[in-house]
Amino acid sequence: MSLMSWGMHPKVKSTVLVFDKTQTLKKIIDEHDELIPYGNGRSYGDSALSTNIINVKPKDYFIAFNEKTGLLHVQAGVLLSEILESFVSRGWFLKVSPGTKLITIGGAIASDIHGKNHHIEGCFSECVKEFLITIADGRTLTCSKEATPELFKATCGGQGLTGVILEAKIYLKKINSQYIDQTTIRTENLRETFEAFEACKQKPYSVAWIDCLAKGEKLGKCLLMTGDFRSDGKLDYKKKKKRNIPFNFPSFALNNLSVRAFNWLYYRKIKEKISQQRVDIDTFFYPLDAIGHWNRIYGKSGLTQYQFILPKATSYEGLKEILSVISKSGKGSFLAVLKLHGKANDNYLSFPLEGYSLALDFKIERGIFDLLSKLDEIVVKYEGRIYLCKDVRVTKDVFEKGYPQVETFRRFRRENKMDEKFQSLQSKRVGI
Amino acid sequence: MSYVLIVGAKSDIAKAVSREYAKHGYDLYLAARNVNTLEDFAKDITVRTQRTVKLIELDILDYTSHQIFYDNLEEKPLGVISAIGYLGEQDKSQTDFDQAQKIMDTNYKGVVSLFNIIANDFEKRRSGFMIGISSVAGDRGRKSNYTYGSAKAALTTYLSGLRNRLYDAQVHVMTVKPGFVATKMTKDMDLPEKLTAQPEEVADDIYQAQQKGANVLYTKWLWRWIMLIIKNIPELIFKKMSI
Repeated sequence: MSLMSWGMHPKVKSTVLVFDKTQTLKKIIDEHDELIPYGNGRSYGDSALSTNIINVKPKDYFIAFNEKTGLLHVQAGVLLSEILESFVSRGWFLKVSPGTKLITIGGAIASDIHGKNHHIEGCFSECVKEFLITIADGRTLTCSKEATPELFKATCGGQGLTGVILEAKIYLKKINSQYIDQTTIRTENLRETFEAFEACKQKPYSVAWIDCLAKGEKLGKCLLMTGDFRSDGKLDYKKKKKRNIPFNFPSFALNNLSVRAFNWLYYRKIKEKISQQRVDIDTFFYPLDAIGHWNRIYGKSGLTQYQFILPKATSYEGLKEILSVISKSGKGSFLAVLKLHGKANDNYLSFPLEGYSLALDFKIERGIFDLLSKLDEIVVKYEGRIYLCKDVRVTKDVFEKGYPQVETFRRFRRENKMDEKFQSLQSKRVGI
Repeated sequence: MSYVLIVGAKSDIAKAVSREYAKHGYDLYLAARNVNTLEDFAKDITVRTQRTVKLIELDILDYTSHQIFYDNLEEKPLGVISAIGYLGEQDKSQTDFDQAQKIMDTNYKGVVSLFNIIANDFEKRRSGFMIGISSVAGDRGRKSNYTYGSAKAALTTYLSGLRNRLYDAQVHVMTVKPGFVATKMTKDMDLPEKLTAQPEEVADDIYQAQQKGANVLYTKWLWRWIMLIIKNIPELIFKKMSI
């Protein structure tokens, strides 16, 4: 069948394989190559696309929960949203969560996702006690940082290229409210934005929405949102009715003018320099999940998300240069998210490093890949890297320069014959 | 009393319905053949919702066992949902009566046998709800699945009569008519995406409709209108069509 990820580009003819038992999975791995595990299809690009995909989504059983330690044992196809539905009302939340709750646990591990608290809690792998994985030779292993460090470091962030994650044990964190005290700081330029981030370093959660079309003096102006859970004991968390974008928008719906208008309005919504809000979990963590199929706004040719990170030392200069190029090009997105990250971990291909990351959505249209290649050059110049689970076009060269441990990853794959079985369009393009 | 009885519990719709009811605070009896294969699923619900889930063996074609099955339920359920369904193969059912019989017995006779027993108890208690999952295929016979469709048509008629009978006893009977649903039963069919519901959507619709006391639920809702059109095509034309 024709398959795509969240960016709706590319659309690929794939055979969808499902398994019930590990024996069936072993057989699938024995009989096929060019395999890649596929979860809920929320990575943006081609990291989960291949000739044959193994659909892990139906493996969605909860297995056990320890009320004392907060250790949750689930199958890999469980969505983060399902965990929240079951556990927020009981006073538990994910230690690390990305900006969407509609991803699977397997996907969260394979992308070693990060959230608004990366500067404090690190990546998702930090809350993973262990996971069960079937690797290329058909063996199913329990993997943990202590017992099998190489497999752990290769799999967390490894984009599904080490095997099929079947189950995971993850730690949840205790919360006493489903509400968050949010502080919004309005800044006028990139310098102020950086200062605000540094000033808020101690806050558990922080993220900035940046107006990437602002020019000159105003370049890098943002709304920085920080927050922490309240302690009012209000844990009544209910699934909200979603509004759906029913069809792909025509291509003229999203153009420079509409983005500019949106940014202008959004920015003006907040009048004061510093303001306080009480918001719920979904508003704070998952604003876009409230709109089903929001990717259709970008029309049927799809979108790509460009997310890069620069080391702290070069962040200011680098971001300034990148924002100037984007603002000059006139191509921008509704969503430009800036985030200060904490230290990098040891995983071979995890994205975060200590510095600033920026995520931008671009409609796929003529000239867009040229613009992104131009941005790549700046990212490389400032010693940054591109986030694989959002990517659909980065070159091998640019990718390699950003990930110093890529050779270790390649060697590990070769030694375990994983490279003969697990491949995605992306892995072939960037040579991993 | 807090239990809902779900029969045909191994089907994908039943599983989604089980999760939905557990999420809303109900305990569950899950009944099916070889029900022990649902142990991991029962644990899933317990971990998710902290509800009690009891697994009970039930062969819907072993009619004589139904009374004992029901009598053995220590605590009688608040409501029952039948997700029993067997699509079978239309072609085979035309030449092989065993196949036709299995389709009829599973989809119709089995449910009638069990529902009669439960209806009598609910009528006496003057409370409860009974939900039968039928199908839009029962609204009009089509050459591609009319054996299955006719059994579901019979079930639909049975449920409508039961609803009429139990109205005075304040027992709520609901007929569910799903259109295409993405399940094990349909996994090899090429279904139109916009008309195909996920089991979770069906489960959500069922729960909401039951809470509101609806009589007939089409899910997705669009199917009500599609079937209205299909039912009204004159036979003279319909018999020549291939839909």
